[in-house]
Amino acid sequence: MGESPLPEYHPPVTSSQNNAPFAVLLAVSAVGFLAVPFLIVLAPIEPTMGIIQKIFYFHAPIAWLLLLSTGVCAAGSIAYLFAGSDGGDRLAHASAELGVLFGACTLVTGPMWARVAWGVFWTWDARLTSSLLLWLMLVAYLLARRYGGPGAKKLSAALALFAAADAPLFYVSVNVWRTIHPKTTVVPSLGWPMARVFLSCLLLFTIFFGVLLMLRLRLEKARVALAELEIAHEDAREARS
Amino acid sequence: MNGELSLEGIGKTFGRHRALVDLTLSFSAGEVAAVLGPNGAGKSTLLGILSTLVRPTSGRVSFAGQTVLRHSLVRTTIGYVGHEPGLYGDLTARQNLQLFANLYGVPDAHQRVDQMLERVALADVRRDAIARTFSRGMQQRLALARALLHEPQILLFDEPSSALDPAGAAWLAEELARERAAGRLVVLVTHDLDAAAAVASHLVILRRGRLAFDERRSAGFAAPEVRALYEERTHAR
Amino acid sequence: MRARQTTWLRSAAGIAWKDLAIEWHSREIVYTMGFLATLVVLVFSFALVAGQDSKLGPGTIAGILWVAVLFSGTVALSRTFDREREGEAIRSLLLSPVPRSAIYAGKLAATSCIMFFVELVVTPLVGVFFSAPVAEHAAWLALQLLLGTIGFAAAGVVFSAALLRSRSRDALLGALLFPVVVPVLMAGARGTTLLLDAEVPDLDPAVFWTRFLGAVDVIFVAVGVWAFEPVAVGE
Repeated sequence: MGESPLPEYHPPVTSSQNNAPFAVLLAVSAVGFLAVPFLIVLAPIEPTMGIIQKIFYFHAPIAWLLLLSTGVCAAGSIAYLFAGSDGGDRLAHASAELGVLFGACTLVTGPMWARVAWGVFWTWDARLTSSLLLWLMLVAYLLARRYGGPGAKKLSAALALFAAADAPLFYVSVNVWRTIHPKTTVVPSLGWPMARVFLSCLLLFTIFFGVLLMLRLRLEKARVALAELEIAHEDAREARS
Repeated sequence: MNGELSLEGIGKTFGRHRALVDLTLSFSAGEVAAVLGPNGAGKSTLLGILSTLVRPTSGRVSFAGQTVLRHSLVRTTIGYVGHEPGLYGDLTARQNLQLFANLYGVPDAHQRVDQMLERVALADVRRDAIARTFSRGMQQRLALARALLHEPQILLFDEPSSALDPAGAAWLAEELARERAAGRLVVLVTHDLDAAAAVASHLVILRRGRLAFDERRSAGFAAPEVRALYEERTHAR
Repeated sequence: MRARQTTWLRSAAGIAWKDLAIEWHSREIVYTMGFLATLVVLVFSFALVAGQDSKLGPGTIAGILWVAVLFSGTVALSRTFDREREGEAIRSLLLSPVPRSAIYAGKLAATSCIMFFVELVVTPLVGVFFSAPVAEHAAWLALQLLLGTIGFAAAGVVFSAALLRSRSRDALLGALLFPVVVPVLMAGARGTTLLLDAEVPDLDPAVFWTRFLGAVDVIFVAVGVWAFEPVAVGE
């Protein structure tokens, strides 16, 4: 009884169509990576705080990415919970991971600024605290996914919904609680030379986020393709026995 | 119940594990269908799909030609008795049945509850005895009462006699025959080949998520034949 | 005779009644939760009070009360769902035609009632231990506790249901729930502080936080009702 050859296997079409836009974004990111340090160094120095103010050029965009990750995670979770979309679940997972990464960066760069500007590393003011809480919720998302047992994906998706609902609740507290964090109105009051550096950084960081997200999603797709390959192999073995 | 309960191309995958693969079969009223198979064959998953609690990954379930969605109205037609009694241990028999009578919108709930307790021979139990103090057999009887409370057309049993003593198992077999005579569809998942032979008019054998045998016989199946079929269809060649 | 669909309200009430009847029978949650809450209060007082004459400020006392509510609340949440898991009663519930939102509402109502009852006992104890004027604006304090409890349970019921079959249930429930209910904790602690503080001239700020709690409740219950169905059904 010889072994018959495996049946023909056609791998699922990976996003080969997506390669062109992905390559463009990757190139922009790479250029951005090189350009941003120069942009920041060449930006005008703010008179009151001095050079440390320049942390703002990457701290604020990274904090924005934390918020963006939460939003994308919630959107993916909604697609997964209510439309059964596995792609939505993968998107939520990927953006939660990125959110934890960028959140950690925010929570490290923020205190650096705080130490120089206000003398203490941590002040429990509402903005810093909200970032910490949002970050903790994304960490909780990853914990729930890993250790949540059979319903882990749905559990973490539900958590993402609550996290998104909580984000504005924390934000409201900024304006009610006493805070020494600069309020949101700081951006419009920037002069144009600073504003253009800030906006470019914001754009480049967002593109960078997109690139990382796409990379992570590709990894997941590859895993799914591998699982399907294993199942096809099982099928072939079944058919023979 | 008019019409058939049919499954077409039903598949169910849990992560990487394929519990059911391309299952096509149908059930009709007035029969007891025994579903047999080794562990991991997908029997409980099949029952889960029939009870609407598990959504199939592929294929469709239809009832009298209409696709069954996870709609609440469908659930009024289904009664389920599992391996576990599906009851609240801290409530009395009556409280349990009254709760479910409420949830199913059963009219004349009090009368109906009394009627069911009579039927499963639990009417004489102490009024304030909570379900946790019942013996396993009594709990299964109460579970059957719960399942029959709303007069479902489809009854699903998942290894109901596994924890019962011979007397309990015999009583259950009588009840199954009674329901079949009343024109209901009974789907019985069991490991007990003899019990299956005693009541079944439709035999289904699953193996590794696929259909290995599917036949209806109004005269029923003899126990040795069931054993032989089971051995034959569930062993690798 | 075919079964009719019962009204949503009657189903939710039936489910809430079921949990309360079970609790009335065993009183398990009320005792263990009450005991745990009292112990949390005591533990905090031993940890924070320096000497015999030192007095804790209203902010600290309010904080202790709310933390005790949160910690002991997880007991109520996990126990009400444990009862569903024993004997697979949850399956019978999900098999019935009752809409999932009614199951959510019933569970939320029952858990909130049980928690609130315990809070009514623990709050006077806090007043006694710390000489805090809990009776002064008792109605507002009760309202804050009730609204805070509902908000906590609104999220808690979803997570507890999702963790029903998880081995790490006890470890994860608090870890996942506490970050989510921080707005409830913040608003509750701030609101209660203002009620307990004798130096605050009027009730307006406390009323604001009470309203904020109400708003958080609306948001959490809306998200909870929505998220409960896919989570409860499992696969």
